Amino acid sequence: MVEMINGAVDVEFQGVTKRFGDIRAVDNIDLEVSSGAFVSLLGPSGCGKTTSLRLIAGFEQPSAGDVRIGGASVVGVPPYKRPINMVFQNYSLFPHFTVADNIGFGLRQLKPRLSKSEITARVGEMLELVRLQGFEERRTWELSGGQQQRVALARALINRPTVLLLDEPLAALDRKLRQDMQIELQTLQRDVGITFVLVTHDQEEALSMSDTIYLMNEGRIIQMGGARDLYDEPINRYVADFVGKTNFFDGEVAEIKPNGAAIRLANGRVLYGRNPRGGVPLNRNAGGAIAVRPELIHIVKANGSACLTTDVQTTARVKNRIFLGEQTEYLVMAEGFGDILVLASKHAETVSGGFSPGDVVSIGWEDSSALALENTSKGDHSTAVPVPK
Amino acid sequence: MRLYAAAVYLFLYGPIALIVLFSFNAGRHAASFECCATSWYSLTFNNTFLIEALLNSLLIAGTTAVLATIMGTMASLALQRVKGVLRLVFDALTYIAIIIPGIVIGIATLVALVTVFDILNPLIAKLWPSDGNAMALGLGYGSVIAAHTLFTMALVIIIVRARIQGMDRSLIEASADLYATPWATFRQVTFPQIFPAVMSGFLLSFTFSFDDFIIAFFVAGPKTTLPIYVFASIRRGITPETNVIATTVLAVSLTLLITAQFLLRSRAPKAGGKG
Ligand SMILES: Nc1ncnc2c1ncn2[C@@H]1O[C@H](COP(=O)(O)OP(=O)(O)OP(=O)(O)O)[C@@H](O)[C@H]1O
Ligand SMILES: [Mg+2]
Repeated sequence: MVEMINGAVDVEFQGVTKRFGDIRAVDNIDLEVSSGAFVSLLGPSGCGKTTSLRLIAGFEQPSAGDVRIGGASVVGVPPYKRPINMVFQNYSLFPHFTVADNIGFGLRQLKPRLSKSEITARVGEMLELVRLQGFEERRTWELSGGQQQRVALARALINRPTVLLLDEPLAALDRKLRQDMQIELQTLQRDVGITFVLVTHDQEEALSMSDTIYLMNEGRIIQMGGARDLYDEPINRYVADFVGKTNFFDGEVAEIKPNGAAIRLANGRVLYGRNPRGGVPLNRNAGGAIAVRPELIHIVKANGSACLTTDVQTTARVKNRIFLGEQTEYLVMAEGFGDILVLASKHAETVSGGFSPGDVVSIGWEDSSALALENTSKGDHSTAVPVPK
Repeated sequence: MRLYAAAVYLFLYGPIALIVLFSFNAGRHAASFECCATSWYSLTFNNTFLIEALLNSLLIAGTTAVLATIMGTMASLALQRVKGVLRLVFDALTYIAIIIPGIVIGIATLVALVTVFDILNPLIAKLWPSDGNAMALGLGYGSVIAAHTLFTMALVIIIVRARIQGMDRSLIEASADLYATPWATFRQVTFPQIFPAVMSGFLLSFTFSFDDFIIAFFVAGPKTTLPIYVFASIRRGITPETNVIATTVLAVSLTLLITAQFLLRSRAPKAGGKG
């Protein structure tokens, strides 16, 4: 997706811990952001995303470990001496300045001073970049949310920082505008070639925008990788649950296979799943789960003309149907499995004619579509922890 | 009920309206009104004693307001970082300074200053025997200003701190993030944000000091301020001159107070310039 510019590392965390009293907001994190990359920190509320960002910006100092920017340790360096700019969650535009003065703020702080004409010229460039020409003399509170967001972006980008930090920059925008801004941000990042670190709790946003995602929980990094890695190869149940929708079938590990495991469900049925790439093989005699994505499950009319040839098959009754446009989501109840979510494509719907609540259907999936996952939420695999539902 | 309210207002503001009216009296006597002339105004402002008192008052009020504003603003900025018991102590002291009646401040300041002077003056006389008298400390501008500043500084602290607490802290972080040093952040972000509160603190301090009689009466020593002058002249009877002074003071005070209120209410300051 993005060319790694000579492979340089812009931001690096080495065993960084940040404590607030008894809380470990950030717990022994290692992290590496390559130059020019678009990185996301993804996780539920309170998992330490903002704290991580504030450690990079310099608003917080680590309790332990080292924060490095451009290869040099920045522990103890105040924010105003770091080549890093941030787009704040509520934008934090200066209400007593015009749009142009907000955008030019960073340039006005530089020593030696830049000439007025240079500042004006660069502010003009920025206004053009974020498509706000003609708004120079406006007051920030007169702008819409999306416009304020673009001013905040311009105010940060004008300084040509090594890294741009964005703390849930789109959270305050409505859905349509958010999607537009996602594309805009991505294009912008490619155009300016600046490293972006984005914080979000919205997995769709992280998946669609970034090259690398760090999935966090309780101050730790659970899994790092591209959108595909996290979606197709979640290393444990927590990741599979957080990223996208997944059906879980919990049980005891019945058999360890070379590339996966078989798990016996409560009803005695044995399901097979492969190991995710980068995950660890399951232990015998321990708990585990088979995970199947809803879109990998086939659904056909029971006893109909089309019949399933998948490795796993069962009959089920349709409980609910949600029309999503390009797809249709069915909630079905299968004896011995419980509720199962099935996503049927538009194409499959045209073939099958669709189903209504109460219909009896056959569903099934290939063993290769299923993953055998451990029930842990920690990054270090060693301890099994109950997964918060 | 409405009648009752009207009566209260009449009772409150009637005399004030009368004073204003009578200041434009064309006749020679304070008791009978003949419309309308500003002759008493020109007469009043040609009275050198009065002018001297007025200048004293302006000097004291101006200095008090400047000192109280600077020290009060700095104190409220510093108090931001104070937490816990120390904070409680400072808060209590601030409010006590406002609650204490003027007469207590007056007496206390008088006693304290006289005691200090009694100790210091012999010392000064010893150190500079020749012109010891010229150096000797006594009641005057300094003591009034000190007493007024004590009280008005507390006012400024409370006003400015309310503004600081209402201020978006992340603006300061945004400024630091955009390479502004702490001093540059103060100049370009914090100060413009609290400026309306600082200004209204200044105006309130000025008004308070300018109008104060009780404290000044105790600690002014030989100096005459405008309220003291009025008090003295009233003992000789109400004259049209008194009405003129009262009307003038009323006009000035109201203007300042209304300006202060206006500043406090303005949410985002339009002023503040370009850094
Ligand atoms: N200044 C602070 N003092 C005390 N605790 C803090 C402080 N800042 C953060 N925390 C705690 O650290 C943990 C992580 O907070 P953080 O703000 O990093 O979460 P987050 O992932 O950004 O969450 P959200 O998505 O809700 O913004 C939380 O439990 C929070 O209460
Ligand atoms: Mg946050």
